[in-house]
Amino acid sequence: MKVTMTVNGASRSGEVEGRTLLVNFLRDTLHLTGTHVGCDTSQCGACVVHVNGQAVKSCTMLAAEADGAEIKTVEGMANGDGSLSTIQQAFQDHHGLQCGFCTPGMVMSTAALLKENPKPTEAEVRHYLEGNICRCTGYHNIVKAVMAASGQDVSTIAAE
Amino acid sequence: MYNFDFVKPKTLAEAAAAMAGDEAQALGGGQTLIPSLKARLASPTTLVSLGGIKEMVGVCTGDDGSTCIGGATTHGAVAKDAAKLYPALAKLAAGIGDPAVRNRGTIGGSLANNDPAACYPSAALASGATIVTNTRKIAADDYFQGMFTTALDAGEIVTEVRFPVPEKAAYIKFEQPASRFALTGVFVAKYKDGVRVAVTGASEGGVFRWKEAEAALSKDFSAKALAGLSASADGMITDLHGTAAYRAHLVGVLTRRAVEAAA
Ligand SMILES: Cc1cc2nc3c(=O)[nH]c(=O)nc-3n(C[C@H](O)[C@H](O)[C@H](O)COP(=O)(O)OP(=O)(O)OC[C@H]3O[C@@H](n4cnc5c(N)ncnc54)[C@H](O)[C@@H]3O)c2cc1C
Ligand code: FES
Ligand code: FES
Repeated sequence: MKVTMTVNGASRSGEVEGRTLLVNFLRDTLHLTGTHVGCDTSQCGACVVHVNGQAVKSCTMLAAEADGAEIKTVEGMANGDGSLSTIQQAFQDHHGLQCGFCTPGMVMSTAALLKENPKPTEAEVRHYLEGNICRCTGYHNIVKAVMAASGQDVSTIAAE
Repeated sequence: MYNFDFVKPKTLAEAAAAMAGDEAQALGGGQTLIPSLKARLASPTTLVSLGGIKEMVGVCTGDDGSTCIGGATTHGAVAKDAAKLYPALAKLAAGIGDPAVRNRGTIGGSLANNDPAACYPSAALASGATIVTNTRKIAADDYFQGMFTTALDAGEIVTEVRFPVPEKAAYIKFEQPASRFALTGVFVAKYKDGVRVAVTGASEGGVFRWKEAEAALSKDFSAKALAGLSASADGMITDLHGTAAYRAHLVGVLTRRAVEAAA
């Protein structure tokens, strides 16, 4: 069947099977490989994208379910001139990534959090990111990056 | 994952017709079903998405004052939209999984699945909720029939759940830290005519009412009233996360905490 969705502002169409996952459509059909598959069992959050403005695990949604939806992926996060967005820059500045595998999902979840709660506490950040697993950083610098992206002073929290 | 046909009806009538087909299965938020399909634990020939049926989405107050939740309403929407109507229920919804799971997973899917460690079954049972389907209304006391087993017939769709609103209530979940499901969870609800206590995550028979605690709390709604009461470990789950005795102990602790937290 044919699906059409708006991905990072542009209308994109393609053929999918009933079983095609949204993440496979994004990666294999649209070649947007920024969205990662870490576990494929709905637990790690590396595949988080926004569907109609809400964070969703794209490995746990059918592409057919996203027909007609607005999708935003990590490829749509940079500023118009190609420079890193505030969230992305904060991850770089505060060493919020090591291998980078979890980062696309972390960035998308962070964007969803800050839209809902522009000045989260450290505890709120940790709670919101419960569904995003990172095997490298130990999370402290991710939390710090998120706090910094929200414009808060991070000089007193979490060691680097 | 085996392939299947995908249909997305716009009305309940169309969905019911599609579900009548052989080997058709409902798709709620997919947060349980899609992982099961990937593991080939399910192999429907047709998936009937309930996500396009507007009449199955939303939170409202019924004529009798109960909080009514459409079967395809997401956990995230319940967390927000039921916050004033039934705070303990909204708080339970806000604690399911993580934000991305809550943005897709639905109350109908959770109750249809009846995972022995799921959160919603305890709210439905403790509230004496009514599970409304496309064909009938089922009392929570008749609905839950054991692990992953409910009174639903093949093809039946949970369209709405009606929760009588208690005077006081709280849900306390002892989280299994990796999955965030309930290692054990207790929902306590105090109504004018008595207290109901429902336990999830503990029994091999799925969600159940702890009647001794209900009797004690109906006389005196305080943590003190539970002194000396303990749940039996018979028939409780033993797995790598905890033994039956450990879970039985948790039932007592969490019930006490829920009574203390009930507002
Ligand atoms: C990482 C993760 C963490 C989670 N943590 C928790 C937790 O802490 N607590 C908790 O309770 N749950 C948890 N869940 C499960 C989650 O709540 C699911 O959303 C829920 O169990 C199933 O709802 P669904 O809408 O996604 O249903 P689906 O996965 O779409 O369907 C599940 C089953 O119900 C059937 N079904 C769906 N909707 C209906 C309906 N309206 N009428 C009849 N049958 C229907 C389907 O055919 C299928 O058999 C978690 C899931 C994940 C992936
Ligand atoms: S790949 Fe989707 S949750 Fe891990
Ligand atoms: S940076 Fe490697 S998994 Fe998070």
